[in-house]
Amino acid sequence: MTMQIADSVSLSSPEAKARAHAAAARNNLRTEPRAVRVTIISLAIAFLTVFVVMPLVLVFAQAFSKGIMAYITALAEPEALAAIKLTLLVAAISVTLNLVFGLVAAWAIAKFDFPGKTFLITLIDLPFSVSPVISGLVFVLLFGAQGYFGSWLRDHDIQILFAVPGIALATTFVTFPFVARALIPLMQEQGTQEEEAAISLGASGLQTFFRVTLPNIKWGVLYGVLLCNARAMGEFGAVSVVSGHVRGETNTMPLLVEILYDEYQFVAAFAIASLLAMLALITLVAKTVLERRLDGGEDRDH
Amino acid sequence: MTIEVKNLVKIFGSFKALDGVDLTVDSGELLALLGPSGSGKTTLLRIIAGLDWPDAGEVSFNGEDALAQGARERHVGFVFQHYALFRHMSVFENVAFGLRVQPRAVRKDEATIRARVKELLDLVQLDWLADRYPSQLSGGQRQRIALARALAIEPRILLLDEPFGALDAKVRKELRKWLRSLHHEINVTSIFVTHDQEEALEVANRVVVMDKGRIEQIGSPDDVYETPATAFVHGFIGESIELPVRVEGGVVSLNGRPLRLAAEGLTLGASKLFVRRHDMLVGPPGSGAFEGAVQHVRNCGPVQRAEVALSGGETIEIDAPRDRELRAGDTIGLNPRRYRIFAG
Repeated sequence: MTMQIADSVSLSSPEAKARAHAAAARNNLRTEPRAVRVTIISLAIAFLTVFVVMPLVLVFAQAFSKGIMAYITALAEPEALAAIKLTLLVAAISVTLNLVFGLVAAWAIAKFDFPGKTFLITLIDLPFSVSPVISGLVFVLLFGAQGYFGSWLRDHDIQILFAVPGIALATTFVTFPFVARALIPLMQEQGTQEEEAAISLGASGLQTFFRVTLPNIKWGVLYGVLLCNARAMGEFGAVSVVSGHVRGETNTMPLLVEILYDEYQFVAAFAIASLLAMLALITLVAKTVLERRLDGGEDRDH
Repeated sequence: MTIEVKNLVKIFGSFKALDGVDLTVDSGELLALLGPSGSGKTTLLRIIAGLDWPDAGEVSFNGEDALAQGARERHVGFVFQHYALFRHMSVFENVAFGLRVQPRAVRKDEATIRARVKELLDLVQLDWLADRYPSQLSGGQRQRIALARALAIEPRILLLDEPFGALDAKVRKELRKWLRSLHHEINVTSIFVTHDQEEALEVANRVVVMDKGRIEQIGSPDDVYETPATAFVHGFIGESIELPVRVEGGVVSLNGRPLRLAAEGLTLGASKLFVRRHDMLVGPPGSGAFEGAVQHVRNCGPVQRAEVALSGGETIEIDAPRDRELRAGDTIGLNPRRYRIFAG
């Protein structure tokens, strides 16, 4: 042992130089020449500016182009207020439904084995892989006047299509993977041992869920709800098909933006658009915070 | 609390995890289930706890049918290999969990719960960690908290699944001693699962050796080590030399050459001869049952481990005391101090 130490001391200075050279060579391998680096980074920045930053800035620039009073007036229009209210209502309904569905589905998939599990996982992703327009059309086929349940609904005087229920249904369908998708990997990783421990300690099923399962996944739930909400408020295609565009009644914010724009009411269109853009920005910030929470909350046992 | 298990069968798909297991555990006993992975020992433990259900068979506690009750009603303390502490709760709340989820009618008041948790944390000597979270504890501390949590419900039976499996060797040894003295103190019927023979032999009153879903032997640590009932047990417990031999009319032969070993006039046909590595005594050539050439010698603590090529063609490893040094190339005679022969 002592011999080795003496050796390494006597060799230290030439060896250190050799090591420094080797390190420099290694760094060179991983680092491009300066010109290449500058070009690549400039390209990336230019692209981001044109395709992401400028549109965002333009939305606000257009919204405020006639001054702040015009902006406030545009938002205070009864039609705008109705659209905002409807959007909030629809988002509240679909987020609630998808929260319940997502929790149940993730719980079933992550904690139990049953036949058809893989099929269910695939099915959950369906709304992501289908064009929203088709999602909307499906509801027209189901609930429309010529649709599958159409005559029964008419006989019982129930209005689904071109009304709030239809919009809520279409939105729910389009956004239903978010909560389940956020929870399934999290719950699978956490396994069932804590639940088993709780039950063997005498906890009932509900106590186990509320005291053990839910606290462990709360950040995942919030993450899923956040993304679900953002998509629910911004959904255009599916809602456009089932809404009927009744002014002041069945126009959500994205639909109203399009209508106002088509009527050359740029300030009004962009005023509403700016609200959606702000929602997106808030969602992004919240998402970053939650992602940090999710990483930090990971089990460090393994 | 005595536990009785009768003809237990559990099948996962096409895999027979338990294949007709019978076992009686006496009240106050500390029993080890020992076996390689996949031998069914954890499955047996989980069925006793109510975390799994058998495909056939009976489990009873003090004569009453345990399978009629869910895990929740069985009052069994279960300690998991990976602790399964509630990660969002403090150590104190983890231990208090079992007391807090009791039905309102029997739930203790807050002061009693606090006193009980304090008592348990004292018992596992970790009262100073009450406000920490599981992620802030070492593995050994987590395991002791898991044990305190299981004891909080005053379990009728304590079950431990590889309790020290995830810990490093030194902590494992300390906790073994600690578990034995804790069991002495609280004296609750306990079963622990392990694949570590040393752990089983050192901690348990009785050892159950399992393989492929069946019980191979039940006995005291001395029994299973000194008089293994089957070839599997001999091979699994302790370091053994295993040689394929034939036994005909009391003559034991290896690769057609008769060995100077007594077989009490038995005829078993193809058999297995087992000798513990340290029971193979080294002597001068021609003095023992075997002859061999030393290939390779390594010093392993108190013994020297030598690889010996027997003249019959087999190569074995022996542990010899270090008083007489062996060298590669030596020709030696070997005589087993003790040996066992199993047919098959």
